[in-house]
Amino acid sequence: MTASARRERSEVVHALRDAGITALISFGLFLPLVGLLTITNMNNELRLTTRLPLLVIFVALIAGVRLLVTLVIRPWAERRRALSTRKPFSIPRSFSRWFVPFAIGFLVVYPFISLAAVGYSGSLKWIDNFGIQILIYVMLGWGLNIVVGLAGLLDLGYVAFYAVGAYSYGLLASHFGLSFWILLPLAGILSSFWGILLGFPVLRLRGDYLAIVTLAFGEIIRIVLVNWVDLTNGYAGIAAIPRPTFFGIPFNTDDNGFAATFHLTFSPTHRTIFLYYLILGLALLTGYVTTRLRRLPVGRAWEALREDEIACRSLGINTTNTKLTAFAMGAMFAGFAGSFFAARQGFISPESFTFIESATILSIVVLGGMGSQIGVAIAAVAMIGGTEIMRDMDFLKAIFGDTFDPTQYRMLIFGFAMVLIMIWKPRGLIASREPSVFLKERKTISSELVKEGHG
Amino acid sequence: MAGEAMLRVEHLTMRFGGLVAVNDVSFEVHRGTIAALIGPNGAGKTTVFNCITGFYKPSEGRIALQHGDSSAWQSLDQLTDSGKRERRDANGALFLLERMPDYLVAQRARVARTFQNIRLFSGMTVLENLMVAQHNPLMLASGYTVLGVLGFPGYAVREYEAVEKARGWLERLELVDRADDPAGDLPYGAQRRLEIARAMCTDPVLLCLDEPAAGLNAHESAELNELLLAIRKDFGTTILLIEHDMSVVMEISDHIVVLDYGVKISDGTPEFVRNDPKVIGAYLGVEDDEVAEVEAEVGL
Repeated sequence: MTASARRERSEVVHALRDAGITALISFGLFLPLVGLLTITNMNNELRLTTRLPLLVIFVALIAGVRLLVTLVIRPWAERRRALSTRKPFSIPRSFSRWFVPFAIGFLVVYPFISLAAVGYSGSLKWIDNFGIQILIYVMLGWGLNIVVGLAGLLDLGYVAFYAVGAYSYGLLASHFGLSFWILLPLAGILSSFWGILLGFPVLRLRGDYLAIVTLAFGEIIRIVLVNWVDLTNGYAGIAAIPRPTFFGIPFNTDDNGFAATFHLTFSPTHRTIFLYYLILGLALLTGYVTTRLRRLPVGRAWEALREDEIACRSLGINTTNTKLTAFAMGAMFAGFAGSFFAARQGFISPESFTFIESATILSIVVLGGMGSQIGVAIAAVAMIGGTEIMRDMDFLKAIFGDTFDPTQYRMLIFGFAMVLIMIWKPRGLIASREPSVFLKERKTISSELVKEGHG
Repeated sequence: MAGEAMLRVEHLTMRFGGLVAVNDVSFEVHRGTIAALIGPNGAGKTTVFNCITGFYKPSEGRIALQHGDSSAWQSLDQLTDSGKRERRDANGALFLLERMPDYLVAQRARVARTFQNIRLFSGMTVLENLMVAQHNPLMLASGYTVLGVLGFPGYAVREYEAVEKARGWLERLELVDRADDPAGDLPYGAQRRLEIARAMCTDPVLLCLDEPAAGLNAHESAELNELLLAIRKDFGTTILLIEHDMSVVMEISDHIVVLDYGVKISDGTPEFVRNDPKVIGAYLGVEDDEVAEVEAEVGL
């Protein structure tokens, strides 16, 4: 046996052992998660059943992938790395220059593409569940990006400002009948007021401590919403929130309704399309304002604050005000998004503003690459669109059998995808930083030099 | 010694719990001079710096800085008694630095500083570093962000001027070609000089440098000397520096203050300090009366 053949054999043995260990671990993990199932039978008794075939498929799949990685993919990647001197990955300028107008153009015609493709009733899902839902999170992601990505302040309670915006709209619209267009800026102002209010006590805190206090703040707002029943109606929430009108023309079947005014056949999709353009406009406003702010002294001060707070103070920058403006700006956009959310749903309850929402928005920002707006938008599409698309992945039944319900594995696959991305790109999808001003040419800055902030 | 006092440190004491880091130190820095603060490790030099630049609140003492006409000094006691932190009139202004937070010392009293361990914004470009330093005037020009977001044209002009000012500094440092590179990518010596240029972009009257020559080779130290002398000549900025590198200190300083164990042990021209037995004793680690003996031993 030659030396190379022996080495190859030992590699295969090693890979097989590795895959075996992986299979054992995944068996241990998935036995309670997948292998066992509790079912309530006819007599209302809880019975434990097993799903061994499914468990075997899971374990075999994982062990197989592991074997593939150790035997094929990793050697291939190492060969490639040895061959080429790795340049830090950054998006070519031409890509970002073309991508943004193209993406905006696509978003503008998207409802009509979907109308043409699947008709009025079919496109409701595509415009509402995908379009509007994703755009809300793009907007929230961009808003939180100001606080976390630019200013480097870790905020785990961002959903509180979203809730403030939603309840501001819900309460003021149902009690005083104020219109959406008056309440939208008002909700933004109220939210940024709460942002400043949160900002003051946490100014001295950094890092983990800041994260804990913001987390607590988010919970305080939610618990107040739950318990202040007189005002917020507690868990029952606020129902029948007035829906936004098309600049005074309601979306209903009346003679003065939208459909009649524009001589169309009535369809609930009209309102959805209007809401879609509304949130598209709001999201683009957020993106545009953030882009502008980055190039203004305040934006540069945010980034400088993330890089080095002490150096900022030595240059005469009032770090207190700088942090407060970051909190206020981020909160304001969450307030806009919140009031839109209330107007779209027509019903809000504290259930919509739990910690998992904050976590989702934060993971969008982290996944996208802190500070990168395109990255955050792509991450929002992947995360929110991904979880929505998991709802109808019926082809998975071909692998896992007919009883397999993909929706139940949504979060599992979602978590798996996040782990993968964090291994592949630990600083997010777009980790490089675009300078806000340049003398001769705009060069992207590799993430190794950019700091993440101390909180 | 040229000019009159612009900075007066009087009976400065700084305690950290039971530790007295700086004990009753008084000295003056004169306008348009380069003054050095030297002393063995742990003598309290950086603590004095942090008190002057507002990063520490001194336990006791007064730190007064004056802009403009020296007649402003006459109202020093009046200002101290009034409880205010600054006083302006037609002839100049007077500031009590120990009453001001760090960012106001930089913003209002125009005292800029650098740090012993370089504190550049390493993930921002060289140019951006110099732009951040011009934050306050640009903030005003952008109407505290409001006008800037709305796109009022005045801001673009001011931003262009700020970029030009930064370009001027980059030309002086011979870093124009690296303007769009991240500051963290620069060689060490260039980072040191960039930090000085960034401090100068705040238009200071007093520039405080904490060990600017630390880690520089002989050639880079010589370049630093030239840069500091040029700053004084072209901008009239007064410089106060902490330094261990005696080639820098002795060559360019007009005035040296020596600290040891938090106490001032000598104060005067480089010539005077160089020959002061107390200073030699402090550096050699022996009592004053043994200096002659030790010097004889080591062959000085």
